[in-house]
Amino acid sequence: MPQHATPLAAGTPAPDFTLPVTADQTVSLSDFEGKAVILAFYPADWSPVCGDQMALYNEILPEFHKHHAELLGISVDGAWCHAAFAAARKLHFPLLADFEPKGAVARTYGVYREHEGTTERALFVIDKDGVIRWSYVSPVGVNPGADGILEALESLSGAAS
Amino acid sequence: MTGRATLKPAVSENDHAAGPADAPVTLVEYGDYQCPHCRRAHPRVKSLQKQFGDRMRFVFRNFPLSEMHPDALHAAEAAESVAANSGDAAFWKMHDAIYDHQQDDEDALDDDHLARYAADAGGNGEQVLDDLSEERFVERVRADFMGGVRSGVNGTPTFFINGVRYEGDWTTVATFAADIEAAMP
Repeated sequence: MPQHATPLAAGTPAPDFTLPVTADQTVSLSDFEGKAVILAFYPADWSPVCGDQMALYNEILPEFHKHHAELLGISVDGAWCHAAFAAARKLHFPLLADFEPKGAVARTYGVYREHEGTTERALFVIDKDGVIRWSYVSPVGVNPGADGILEALESLSGAAS
Repeated sequence: MTGRATLKPAVSENDHAAGPADAPVTLVEYGDYQCPHCRRAHPRVKSLQKQFGDRMRFVFRNFPLSEMHPDALHAAEAAESVAANSGDAAFWKMHDAIYDHQQDDEDALDDDHLARYAADAGGNGEQVLDDLSEERFVERVRADFMGGVRSGVNGTPTFFINGVRYEGDWTTVATFAADIEAAMP
């Protein structure tokens, strides 16, 4: 692996993956074929900034759904940790556990931080054909908000019509 | 925030504004009535208003994180109800009352308390309860929220000074004031 991984850029087919979403269920990117998908990699459950970002997306979820987009949160935390975090924050979207082998999906997307052993705070908007249309890596300490995601989703809708 | 941190919906007559429209500086806050950080910001904004007088206009927009703060949406709706039915002076009293009482106890921002703060602020408590049950101001609050999202608001409080997102330290009044002063044309 390179020291500084490069996040997959717009135009790249999004690598498929299958990850646990609860202790006994998995989710694959290909399950969402025909829909747009927002992948939100974040460093860790429970850190205050993450809570902020996921809480914000939780509020904006209806807006994402208007664009027929599904939101998936991903971190290297395990499924039980995600379950407790999602319950505490009343999150209404799935959190995927990139836990074993650790960060494997983050590595394929070029957003794994070797030194910290966490993912970057990275966003990918994937269109209904499974192609990455927008990606963004935020400084780890900065909540990237949702304006970039919404603009990307709008340009998808514009392209479709 | 992805590098476009400017206020998207410009300040308009639909906003709640304190201070002259032609003030050299407009400070916009996106806030949540149940957010403890917004409560901390509240007296600091008051002190800025006092310090700058007519040289600053303050605008408050709603950004309730209602999944995290279950009473935040109703508090915002109640404040909007007071504004619509009783005018801006009553709105600001209501705004102050909500932050002043936020930490009183668990029920401090339930509907009955909101109605009482509204009545104390010169509004109509019964009207507030009716507006809450009819959800008359949900759309207005939602519009504020989405405008904030489009402007790159990612949490509360978020401030904009003359339309540019403030990345400095709002917790220290002296710093905040100096940054506002620096934005004066």
